[in-house]
Amino acid sequence: MKVRIFEDPLLFRINGLPITETMITSLGVSVALLACALLLRNSAFRRPDSQVALFARLTVKWLDNMVKQIVGRPEPGIATLSGSLFIFIAASNIAGHLPGVYPPTASLATTSALAIIVFLAVPAFGIRAHGFAGYLKHYFRPNPLLLPLHLISEFSRTLALAFRLFGNIMSGHLLVALLISLSGFLVPMPFMALDLLIGLLQAYIFAILSTVFISAAVGAGENE
Amino acid sequence: MNEQTIIAMVSILGASLTMALGAIGAAIGESRIGAAAMDALARQPDESGSITRTLFVSLAMVESTAIFCLVIALVLLFANPFRVAD
Repeated sequence: MKVRIFEDPLLFRINGLPITETMITSLGVSVALLACALLLRNSAFRRPDSQVALFARLTVKWLDNMVKQIVGRPEPGIATLSGSLFIFIAASNIAGHLPGVYPPTASLATTSALAIIVFLAVPAFGIRAHGFAGYLKHYFRPNPLLLPLHLISEFSRTLALAFRLFGNIMSGHLLVALLISLSGFLVPMPFMALDLLIGLLQAYIFAILSTVFISAAVGAGENE
Repeated sequence: MNEQTIIAMVSILGASLTMALGAIGAAIGESRIGAAAMDALARQPDESGSITRTLFVSLAMVESTAIFCLVIALVLLFANPFRVAD
């Protein structure tokens, strides 16, 4: 049996640029999401009282509220980022349940890319809120001796974000593959149902954690 | 018993030990988080929204150690760097 953990099959090359399966599937998920978003936007503008428009508004409001409860004030910028992360990760995790699709988030490349986005967004939002010097100052608080710990925590939480998502989704997929090869075809169904739940939960957790990290950077040094 | 067999044996043993010990820690931690969340919910049912949110976040935090163990165990089993491909 072929077990797939880290490798990513190379499909073809464009001018020597390798195109892997993960790139194609994540591109497919993005295109599908963009199409859905455009469709929702159009119908929301055309008929503002239809059910589709209501669904779109409820989604946006839910994401806005989620961020507002964590940060303490309405923050459209953070809500845009973490809402997009949530929707993309949830869609990729669910896309893994389509026949023949390997979920893009079960590849370490995708999850590292998402975690690096969060890693870069934290100082970006912090600098926007406090200025460059004001943001750098929080590394030396409460004591300059803690600077190495601050730096280590920045890197380790990025690593943890990437590996948590990758490990959860990949292990769920691997479990289903192992059960299919061992037993047959109806046995893994409860595990696939659990996978659906875990996929949504991990997307939620990724979004919540990135919001918490960013709000810590935005609120750093506010309560003095 | 050549060298590759010994490496395979030790890898399997190491993978099972990694997963067992890692799962123990995460299980104890998650059960404590769940018990504490139940307690908090019983005391303050009105705060269920924020309690549930922090519950999920802390569960994910604790679970990530078990996930790290799982990744290491899978590396030992399927992508072992010391094993010559056969």
